[in-house]
This record gives sequence, C-alpha cells and structure tokens, in this order.
Amino acid sequence: MDLHEETVQGLRAKLARREVSSEEVTRHLLDRISKLNQELNAYITVTEQEALAQAREADRRLASGDATSPLCGVPMAIKDNMNTRGVRTTCASRMLEHFVPPFDGTAVRKLREAGAVFLGKTNMDEFAMGSSTEHSLFGPCRNPHDRERVTGGSSGGSACAVAADLCIAATGSDTGGSIRQPAAYCGVVGMKPTYGRVSRFGLVAFASSLDQIGPIAKDVTDCSLLLQALCGYDPCDSTSVDSEVPDFASFLTGDVRGLRIGIPKEYFIEGMDAEVEEAVRNGIRVFEKEGAVPVEISLPHTAYGIPVYYLIATAEASSNLARYDGVKYGFRARGASDTLRQMYHRTRSEGFGAEVKRRIMLGTYALSSGYYDAYYRKAQQVRTLIRQDFVEAFNQCDVIVTPTVPSPAFPIGEKTGDPLQMYLLDIFTTTVNLAGLPGLSMPCGTTSGGLPVGMQILGRHFDEGTVLKAAFAFEQQTLTTSRSQA
Amino acid sequence: MKVDKKEVEYAAALARIELSEEEKELYSEQLSTILAFFDRLKEVNTENIQPTSHVVDLVNAYRFDEVRPGPGVEEVLANAPERAQRFFRVPKILD
Repeated sequence: MDLHEETVQGLRAKLARREVSSEEVTRHLLDRISKLNQELNAYITVTEQEALAQAREADRRLASGDATSPLCGVPMAIKDNMNTRGVRTTCASRMLEHFVPPFDGTAVRKLREAGAVFLGKTNMDEFAMGSSTEHSLFGPCRNPHDRERVTGGSSGGSACAVAADLCIAATGSDTGGSIRQPAAYCGVVGMKPTYGRVSRFGLVAFASSLDQIGPIAKDVTDCSLLLQALCGYDPCDSTSVDSEVPDFASFLTGDVRGLRIGIPKEYFIEGMDAEVEEAVRNGIRVFEKEGAVPVEISLPHTAYGIPVYYLIATAEASSNLARYDGVKYGFRARGASDTLRQMYHRTRSEGFGAEVKRRIMLGTYALSSGYYDAYYRKAQQVRTLIRQDFVEAFNQCDVIVTPTVPSPAFPIGEKTGDPLQMYLLDIFTTTVNLAGLPGLSMPCGTTSGGLPVGMQILGRHFDEGTVLKAAFAFEQQTLTTSRSQA
Repeated sequence: MKVDKKEVEYAAALARIELSEEEKELYSEQLSTILAFFDRLKEVNTENIQPTSHVVDLVNAYRFDEVRPGPGVEEVLANAPERAQRFFRVPKILD
C-alpha cells in the first residue's frame, strides 16, 4: 500500500511501531498534492511549512510516548470555512480572500492539540452556500472518479481530497447536506453529528440553527475516530450541548441483529436515478441478511424540506452575513466611498458572489415586514412538523436508511444556470439538519458509469453510536470503499 | 409569487447590496421562480403549531460576567482594511 492510501487507523499503527514517521507521510502527501491539485482543485491553500513543523512535533511526541490521540501525526485537510490561526481562511470568497484569523476555532484547536497535521484548507462553495463546489472564487473542484463532474458541495474540496488520497482524513461542515452529499458523490464516508455535538466556535457561520462540523474519511472506523476528537461541550459556543460523548469505537461491533431499519417511502421517489435506487435497496438487503429488521415508515413532510430549509437557512444567512461590511476585516471596495453606507453597498456587491447574493436577497425578503409570517414563520412551523415526523418514526425503528442524493455526480456547469434545480438536490439531506439529527453517508455501490452511490443512515438525537454501528456492519459485509485510483 | 424590480431594490437596500440593472432583472426572475415553488408550504396545516427556532433542549446559555483575556489591539487591527492609530478608519458616517 502506498503511504497516501493509508487510513487513520492503519497509519496510527505504523506510526506507533515507528515503521514510518509523520514527516515522511506528510512529505509524501505534499508531493502528491503538488502533482494533482492543479487539476482537481481540492485545496485553496497548502500549508507546506506549517505541516512539516507539525509533523516533526508529532514525531517528537510519538517518540516520547506523549501521543494519546489516534490523530497524532496524521495529515488532514481542513475545510476553508474553519478559522485556522495564522493561515488564511477564505470561505472561497473574495470577501475573505486575504483574511488571516488570529485564532483557531475550537474544532481546529482540538485537532491541533491531538497532534494532527494540517496539510491545507480545502475548496468549497462560497460561504458554504452550494451543492457542487462550483460557486468558489478559486474555480470548481473536480470529481476524482470523473474529472468532468462535480464533487458535490459545499465540502467538495474535503471530499475530493479524501477520495483522491490527498489527505488521510478531512473536516467538512454540513448545513443542508454539505458533508453527506459530496461524500456520496466522491465515494467516501461523511458524517454530520447531532446539532450541538461539535462546537461551532470558529466555524464561519452560514445558518446558525443548522450548521455542524463533521468528519469526512475513507472508512467508518476513521470517521468514528475523527468524530471522537471533534465532539464535546464548548463554553465558547452557546449552542453547544453539555452531553456526555460516548466511546464511538465501542459501537463498531458488526452486530446489527434485531436492529430496526426504517425505510421511509417518501425517499424512494418518482424520477430518481434507477441505479441509485437499486444500490440503496441492495444495501437494505445486506442489512436484512445480517439480521436487521427493515420497517416501512413514513416521513410525510419530506417534500417540504426544501422550501423550509431554503427559507430558514437563507434568513439566518442574511443575518450572519451582515457582518461583512468592509470595516474591521476582509474585503473593502477599492477607491473612495463618499459615505459609510456607500462603502457597505460597494463592498458587499463586489465581495460576494452571485449565489451568496441570491441567498441573502431571498433571506432578507423572507424576513421583511409583510412577508415574515407567510415565509419565515410558516417555515419554522413546518420545521416543527418535520421534527415530529422523525420523533414518531423513531418509535418504530432505531435507524433510518435512505439514498443520500437522488442521482450521482453531474457534469460541471450543468446546473449552475438554474438555482432551483441545484436546490432540489438537497431533498434527502435538509430535513436531517432541520430536525438536528445525526446523519452519515457511505458508499453502497457504483453506477454503470463508475460513479459512486451514497447511502444515508440517520439516527436519534445524540445516537451517533447506533448510526456508526449500522454503517460499520454494512461496510464489513461489503468492503465497498470506492475511492478512485488517481 | 412575483418578485418585481421594486421589491428586489427594496430587499437589496435592506441587505446593503448594490445591484446592477442586469442583476435586478435576473434576481427578480429567479426569486419569483424560487418563491413560487415555495408557495407549496401553504398546503401544510400549521394551525396551533409552534415555530421551531432551535432543535435541542437548550434555553439561554449564561455565564458569569467575569473578565477574561482577549485579543490585543494589534491582533484585532491586523486584518483592518484601513486603520488610524488604535482605530478602524471608515468614510464619514453621516451625510
């Protein structure tokens, strides 16, 4: 096995036995990035010197027995909406193109303290608004399985980097599917934890009641190891939940006998790709063979997920992005402005891309006087019903299994002209954020064209363990990690 | 739900964004299409349903009002587009 093909778990063992050093693996990956990133565009910023310094420090810790975390010495990629001290954090936007944070976000700090090595910051849709990683100041990210297709988004760079072995594991963020959907398109494992599990301090805010940071990894074990390092109460995030974090690894037994698998009929829809449906149904058969019990359930408000999500998320975004005004940091429109207000207008017009502006407009409109009740408040009420659907469903089942996306990765440029078509891709993922539940996507097959298909597994609030248990059992039976040979 | 040019201009002013004439046309069209699709929410009976603004059981997260260390002035001003001594420099505020 080549060094870049290592998993977190595999590399940890080799590092512990001193078979390889963190510096060697890091150099190897940096070299690979220099060869492949031009074409794939997974990384916005590669932090070569910082990575090597971290790797040498990790090697010191490993040698002196001071490396308690499985991530010590493991080279990772960080999504570029997570603040990293001293390293520019752009959110793929002109607005923050030269912004260098003076602090680490909590999730980044935890990874740094664990000894992880940061190879660089990954490409994404601007301010996490998108499902294809095409809305980026730095150009689209390309799918390693087919360079003419998208990686999905908004965590496309991270999913691409994992799939193409340009890092051992990565972080992403998920507001309406932004970890799970690119994981599905790229054939890797991605998980969004329960809302409140992972601190949002230092994550550039898009929609505060929906955003979560999560792992993107080559397999379920790696996903659980990274998730373990990320979770935990943080007093710096007032939406962080002070709930005990279990040992996720203890759930990876492979035993799913008696586990009730909810199959929601609303997720197997008219017009979805037949090969995607077949791959997921095959997945359900695998669970059944292992003793799990499929149960037909209904999530009646599924179809309203898109309008509810796009009203609430854009409304919250319009508020969160009001801070970008050219005053304290970030882009300021060049040339003199007569007044402060004019500076705001020019800065925000030039600093934001088209999709970001569109969403700010939509959110502002939905919150404006005269429309607030019909749009925003109505969406919040339907959100209650969506949440209730899941509460009722989890009386009959322990996990819910669905396709992650109705179709596989599409060609670059195919949907950028029609925003609504792009939004509809999120149909299976947004309700999970609206309800705050944990959700994972993992590969469950490929199309006849060789494109990965993702299967989504959802669990009750704070029950990431059962989701990982189901995912691990499936992986053991199928050993389908369809990562590309780049 | 038709979002005409005046409404686009109104929302843009609220959001402190300046749009070109082309952008106004484009957003008017796109927002109209999107909101027309969202109109299906009217089908849902939400009588007596409480809105959800937060999905986990958390109520006001307080801390004691204690002074803690924070970033220094130079750190805070490091990313300033324009500064003057210990201040952020901006164009005049009042017309």
